[in-house]
Amino acid sequence: MSRSPSSASAATGSPPSSAGSSALPAIAVRGLSKTFRVPHERTHTLKERALHPMKRTGHHVFHTLEDITFAVNQGEFFGVVGRNGSGKSTLLKCIAGIYRADGDIWRRGRVSTFIELGVGFNPDLAARDNVVLNGIMLGLSPREARMRYEAVLDFAELKEFENLKLKNYSSGMYVRLAFSVAIQVDADILLIDEVLAVGDAAFQQKCFDVFRRLQDEGKTIVFVTHQMPEMQRFCHRALLLEQGRMVHLGDPKDVADRYMEINFGRDPNALESDQARGGDGAARVTDVWVEDHEGRRQTAIPQGQRITLRALVQFSVGVEDPQAKVELHNEEHRPVLIAASWLQHDHSGHFHAGERAKFSFTFENVLAPGRYSPVVDLAHPGAGLDVIDRYQDGFSFVVTATEAQGGLVDLPTDVTIERVDSAIGQELTA
Amino acid sequence: MSTVVEPVPYEALGRPIRGPEALTDDWARFWHLTFNIALTQWKLRFYGSVLGYFWQLLRPLLLFSVLWIFFTKFAHVGTGAPAKVGGPEHFYPAMLLGSIVLFTFFAEATTGAIRSVVDNEALVRKIQFPRMVIPLSTVLLALFNLSLNLIVVFVFAFADGVRPMLTWIELPFLILMLAVLATGLAMLLSSLFVYFRDVSPIWEVTSQILFYASPVIIPFDKVDAKISPLVAHLYMLSPLSTVLEQFRHAVIYHAAPRPSAFLGGNLGLLQPIAVVIAVFVLGFVVFNRTAPYVAENL
Repeated sequence: MSRSPSSASAATGSPPSSAGSSALPAIAVRGLSKTFRVPHERTHTLKERALHPMKRTGHHVFHTLEDITFAVNQGEFFGVVGRNGSGKSTLLKCIAGIYRADGDIWRRGRVSTFIELGVGFNPDLAARDNVVLNGIMLGLSPREARMRYEAVLDFAELKEFENLKLKNYSSGMYVRLAFSVAIQVDADILLIDEVLAVGDAAFQQKCFDVFRRLQDEGKTIVFVTHQMPEMQRFCHRALLLEQGRMVHLGDPKDVADRYMEINFGRDPNALESDQARGGDGAARVTDVWVEDHEGRRQTAIPQGQRITLRALVQFSVGVEDPQAKVELHNEEHRPVLIAASWLQHDHSGHFHAGERAKFSFTFENVLAPGRYSPVVDLAHPGAGLDVIDRYQDGFSFVVTATEAQGGLVDLPTDVTIERVDSAIGQELTA
Repeated sequence: MSTVVEPVPYEALGRPIRGPEALTDDWARFWHLTFNIALTQWKLRFYGSVLGYFWQLLRPLLLFSVLWIFFTKFAHVGTGAPAKVGGPEHFYPAMLLGSIVLFTFFAEATTGAIRSVVDNEALVRKIQFPRMVIPLSTVLLALFNLSLNLIVVFVFAFADGVRPMLTWIELPFLILMLAVLATGLAMLLSSLFVYFRDVSPIWEVTSQILFYASPVIIPFDKVDAKISPLVAHLYMLSPLSTVLEQFRHAVIYHAAPRPSAFLGGNLGLLQPIAVVIAVFVLGFVVFNRTAPYVAENL
């Protein structure tokens, strides 16, 4: 299995125990399905039931998960991704033992959960009671739970808010505390749902450090997220869900690609016969992304760094000297930057059917903060009208800056202030 | 699917997990959870109130004062002739307070349990734990209160002239019987409430009726002469009647009649005990069946 050259997925190293087939998986799921019965009109009172006994039949069966089968190895970092409503959280809840589902789930080891941004706190209690109670809930003895309290609070950096009731916490503080509890209970398996969605950059970094440490300790982690760069950074393997079905299981890079395809409204299965895209179809731009100055794939790039925009092209027939042009559109759909490959490379060479090529555009990031969507045109050499493929609306990235100056770009500008000859001033007043 | 799926030795993995359940194999954790939830609820109840725990003591005492003044000073209820329900020789005040405290325990455990599963939604939806912990902790919380209230009862009874008796050892059994009954109802009501929100007002009214229908205010021997032995027998089938009457006999006033007298001997006591067990089993069966799906029906 060859990994992509991008450093993002290479950072995780090799998944543990994938070679040793004798080791039993930490989690195994076989043929898991979960259906919810949603009444068309919820009858909550006895009177309604008595008056409308026939209404009971009005049920709508909702298939949240269908025939899910996979296994997570001991010590593996396993990602679960998918759009909202794809069944990620339901899957996690089934593994956690919160929902009963059809099919089989095996777990080996103690489980800690961080689901729906929390571990179930009571808003009227202060941190201590909540931490101890949830520690016990997650499997600690009361003694252990009390002993871990300080460590939990230190990690969450909430020492000074110790005596505040949780209802007065900000959502970020709340999540920090919940995550701290979830990781402090010595579980063998951690089920973590969207921990990075809330919390500031500093806390996210802390989460990453914890993930690394847990990886080193050989813990098994199932990690639900929307953030593809983080998923690729940490996960050994990932599972992509769409409408409760497994779409892809395997390399995080491939999963991320498929996720992007699904997320931007293109049916991945119909990709080959995509009629909506212009051009003659001799080649396809299959992926567009940006990398920061260290070559890491990013969706957010700070202003001032050199960044590289890359487009991956897959040729389906032989093409002579293909050329690419990129237009970077800002939020108002105005092209802010246009670059073309033919200005620097007259002849890009001959590409055979099945070959892949990467077109890269590197520039100094002077873009104003905001969101940018690249439009990539692939064309035969010549006037540039002979379009092979056009890639648009498939990817966007964000430029961040401490301060927006208001212009389209923020070019480095030297500003000096000098006092002018006072004689002129005298002349004016005279 | 493009990936090669490694064969998983499912047979070697043992038994698959069964999802959420009412009970667990890990009884230590079960007990820790029940105890700690009850404890935090107890802390919560008086958090921010000036008198704190004293309210818990004051409530039955206030109810007692009202009822005692009403029934001993103005007890011309309906008949015109004063219904002499108490007197110093009967230790009426001690009996009244004891009965109120015992009934308060029952009412608190059951009404408190109704909303318990729904109110603990945050826990139920996020953590796997034996679901039975929740209604059980409500009963335990009521037990905490009962044990403290009983101290007041004994102080009061001593002041009223009640002296220690050997039969006091029956008290734990009486409380146990009441607690098992309350637990059965707590399981039943809390799981039904998830599906029918009417359970709450229905039970409020029911426990009000039970308060007046049970021998809390008026000892049974004041009325038993007016009713047939069959009705008396049926009345004593209610575990509440049996427990309260036996409490009066064993703890307060030995001359008070025993419930067994109406049930046809000591073996007859098995009848209210059977009622308690039946209620408990019913509650358990209902709770056990709904427990796996409670998280998705909240």
